[in-house]
Amino acid sequence: MKLVDSIPSGNVKAVSKQMEFVTVTVAGQLLGLPISRVHDVFVVSEMTTVPLAPGEIAGLLNLRGRVVTAVSLRRRLGLGDTAETGRRMAVGLENQGEAYGLLVDDIGEVLKLDPDDMQPNPVHMDLGWVGLSQGVHQLRDQLLIVLDVDAVLSFETEREAA
Amino acid sequence: MDDLLLEFLTETNEHLETVDVEMVRFEQDPNNEAILSNIFRLVHTIKGTCGFLGLPRLEALAHAAETLMGKFRDGMPVTTPAVSLILSTLDRTKEILGELERQGAEPEGSDGDLIALLDKMASQGPSVPEAALAPKMAQTLPTPVHQVLERELKPGEVSLDELERAFQEAPGPEKAVTAGTLTYQVLERPLKPGEVSLDDLERAFREAPGPARLVIDKPAEKLSSGMPTVSAAAPAAPKKNGESSEAGEAGEGISGKVQTIRVNVDTLEHLMTMVSELVLTRNQLLEIARRSSEDHGYKVPLQRLSQVTAELQDGVMKTRMQPIGNAWQKLPRVVRDLSNELSKKIELVMQGADTELDRQVLEVIKDPLTHMVRNSADHGIESQAERKAAGKHEKGTIRLNAYHEGGSITIEIADDGKGLNFAAIRKKAAERGIANDAELERMSDAQVAKFIFHPGFSTAAKVTSVSGRGVGMDVVKTNIELIGGTVDIRSEQGRGTTFTIKIPLTLAIVAALIVSSKDQRFAIPQIAVSELVRVSPTSEHSIERINGTPILRLRDRLLPIVPLSKVMGLSGNEDANHGFVVVTQVAHQRFGILVDGVFHTEEIVVKPMSSKLRHIQLFSGNTILGDGAVVLIIDPNGLARMVGSESDRNEFQSDANPEQAVVAADELTSLLVFRGGSESLKAVPLSLVTRLEEIEASTIEWSSGRPVVQYRGRLMPLVSCDEELTIKREGMQSLLVFSDGDVSMGLAVAEIVDIVEDKLDIELLAERSDLVGSAVVRGRTTEIVNVAHYLPMVLETWSRKERRGGLEKSLLLVDSSTFFRDMLVPVLKASGYRVQTASTAQEAVRLLSNGLHADVVVTDLELSGHSGFALVASLRADPHHSATPVIGLTVKPDPQQIALARKLNISEIVSKIDRRGLLSALAELNGTLEEAA
Repeated sequence: MKLVDSIPSGNVKAVSKQMEFVTVTVAGQLLGLPISRVHDVFVVSEMTTVPLAPGEIAGLLNLRGRVVTAVSLRRRLGLGDTAETGRRMAVGLENQGEAYGLLVDDIGEVLKLDPDDMQPNPVHMDLGWVGLSQGVHQLRDQLLIVLDVDAVLSFETEREAA
Repeated sequence: MDDLLLEFLTETNEHLETVDVEMVRFEQDPNNEAILSNIFRLVHTIKGTCGFLGLPRLEALAHAAETLMGKFRDGMPVTTPAVSLILSTLDRTKEILGELERQGAEPEGSDGDLIALLDKMASQGPSVPEAALAPKMAQTLPTPVHQVLERELKPGEVSLDELERAFQEAPGPEKAVTAGTLTYQVLERPLKPGEVSLDDLERAFREAPGPARLVIDKPAEKLSSGMPTVSAAAPAAPKKNGESSEAGEAGEGISGKVQTIRVNVDTLEHLMTMVSELVLTRNQLLEIARRSSEDHGYKVPLQRLSQVTAELQDGVMKTRMQPIGNAWQKLPRVVRDLSNELSKKIELVMQGADTELDRQVLEVIKDPLTHMVRNSADHGIESQAERKAAGKHEKGTIRLNAYHEGGSITIEIADDGKGLNFAAIRKKAAERGIANDAELERMSDAQVAKFIFHPGFSTAAKVTSVSGRGVGMDVVKTNIELIGGTVDIRSEQGRGTTFTIKIPLTLAIVAALIVSSKDQRFAIPQIAVSELVRVSPTSEHSIERINGTPILRLRDRLLPIVPLSKVMGLSGNEDANHGFVVVTQVAHQRFGILVDGVFHTEEIVVKPMSSKLRHIQLFSGNTILGDGAVVLIIDPNGLARMVGSESDRNEFQSDANPEQAVVAADELTSLLVFRGGSESLKAVPLSLVTRLEEIEASTIEWSSGRPVVQYRGRLMPLVSCDEELTIKREGMQSLLVFSDGDVSMGLAVAEIVDIVEDKLDIELLAERSDLVGSAVVRGRTTEIVNVAHYLPMVLETWSRKERRGGLEKSLLLVDSSTFFRDMLVPVLKASGYRVQTASTAQEAVRLLSNGLHADVVVTDLELSGHSGFALVASLRADPHHSATPVIGLTVKPDPQQIALARKLNISEIVSKIDRRGLLSALAELNGTLEEAA
């Protein structure tokens, strides 16, 4: 007896409005990336560092025969590198036809959240973070920051202009 | 546009290219029947197709040209005017085709003029006048047959071995099928009327003793002797016809019509990428197999896979390869036209036209090659009289030669003309301030010759009185270097000049030397590497230091050493003395890269750098090695630029930090400070000044009341820098010499004070046109002189705008001419802009991608090396600059430019010398910008 299915448009819309997010953690902070932007999730094996590259770029990776630019989300958020040398995880993103891997501390699960529940960034949030965050979701036991993928990947110009 | 028309356009354009070349050949060899009939056939085909597609203009033109050529065939003498006429008919045809391509329909207009000329020329022919028409038409019929034969045989000849094998392997009756395939095309036409029954044929074949050779030889004979032997080979064709259902497969491969197909370039590119991926995956598999000692039974198939992959890669690479002759196709015509125009006799010899190279590379070198040949014909080869006087054959020769050498292709363009005038180049180099006299004296002729590649060297300066040899040679050099190639010149006075271009065969796969530095591997393109030297403090080769800068003595010459780890910022440890020196030659710079280890050479698939990393000039791309590691490819050109001096001189400064240098150059301007009348301090940007002179006032002559002085063999007008200062009549007079091209002017000043480097911040606008404004230089108010005021070319004063309050707008000025840049910068600064400059499109892109913010971009649309339009297009492609207003500067705007500008959303096109126009365009933009803000 699935009445919900037959209920006309209004409600269906509400259901489809839900957005899915891939959650990641960086320095204990939970962050979410819209699932539509995430290509894959992978373990980083060997990475080639690029001399003279902007600090945010951790290096280049070989992901199944494709060269992927690894961007450190920690450095992007103005955090120091982790001391941990265990396995590193990355989220595969695509921006303007180029492949990027966003290095994170850990990858969580996929969450369905309603955009209407998203709250604006707190006014006293770090300015560096405000630029990358679309807003904050209140989960039961912690807060989730919704990352603006385009902003995360457009650091070069921003940095220079500042 | 429908497909049929598109097909027609590509095909006809190809035909026309061929006709162009053949026509020139024919002119030289009027008795060559084969050439004539080839031309005739092509023109006939064009005519036929035009009729079919309903293109009356083209058809009429082709018909008239065909008629004239028919006369040639009937014995009319081939004259230069007649050939010129046909060539201009071809040009007109191309124009119409161009229009057709753009608009999808034939343009309006009439070709009565050309047709009348063609008809007139045709009717002048000595041979049978009107009657000739009928036989001619009759003759055209067999012509295609004849041609078909000729064409058919070519593939046949090549594959003789294959045929032989096919014949031997094929069981009995099959022979006939194979043979039939060969001759099928040839005989289809003539046979149609005379139907021969299949049975007859079968019998004929069985009776025929002949193995393959017989059948193949027959058509060959037939070709030379005309038609009679048709019957001998005849049986084959209908056989094939009849049995095509069974023999279809065998037949298709050989039949001429299906041997080539047009494939979209994108499809090939995609295929290429996929094969590259396959190669990488294969390499990785091999690496895994190598590491594990156990054989799980996959090693043999892996070997097979490896082999197939290699063959596949080869095959796909071949599809990208084109004979260099394709780039040369236009040259015979170019040379012919030039030799008529200049009334010189020039012969163009082309060798190695079938040397193949990558399509992409071919496209890039096409224009530089044409340019160089044009240059050789124009400036290299002397006039007939001069040649005779020099005891040479009156016909000059330009020789093009292409050949493979290792992984690269070498192209030589040699002329037997007068050679470069080294003395004149030295003089010009000194005048332009590229090198000083002492430096020039030390330089060898070879080094001096390279000055012709200096940007603007030739355009602004006439090397000899008649020629500006090397016009745009910097463009040639830039284009070639862009694809990792090099250009060299050898010239001998009176004997000629040879340009040697060395370019990689392909851009996609290069041979690279894998080196290591501080545990990181890098790839250096093999083409740049000339040798490897092992260094250690105890060995024969050891690194020495001059003031901390490492140097290696190599065969009595000093080689500057660049420690890779230092350039890369991998370590600050500068006293590394062990390792290998990779001796690298980039254009005229030779230097050694010090690395820790050298591994091996590997064919690597070049992958472009991520856009986030493209600004690092040190790397040209990256690749994945066999073991799966990502490795950066070092760009030797970039390395040379990074370590060498910015001014492209031969000196070597290994400690220059380019990023800082760029910023510093932006903020500081070198100013020449001098005194004018009544002790006022004035200054002018030093880069504008060509020379400083002190002359005897007695040498100043007064012609019609205006002071002039003889300067370097020319009369140079003198102007006083302000009204208070009168030019001296005795004693020594100090002059600042300004030159633009070959126009020079002397500015008389009271005293030259100093050269200072300071921030040029023009404070207020003076009310005088001879001043840009005044600025505080070294704490003293100094008037900044507007040089343009004095130059006769710009007499009018520029409009003075009220300086806008509020924020300064930032502006990026891109212009390859230092002169224009220096002239415009003070003007723009005075109008309240923060100005950044770039001399090339590449530099501009680099600045912008480095995050330079520009409210407005002002660019020369005719940038050397890279069109300004391409720059704008790349800006538009970048989301950060897609809306940045752009003002284009051009020497003379033409409709094509304007259309293109509109497409690229360029706000305004302003003539280069119209400063008022530029300022008002900027003011207008400013208005809209402020509204938007």
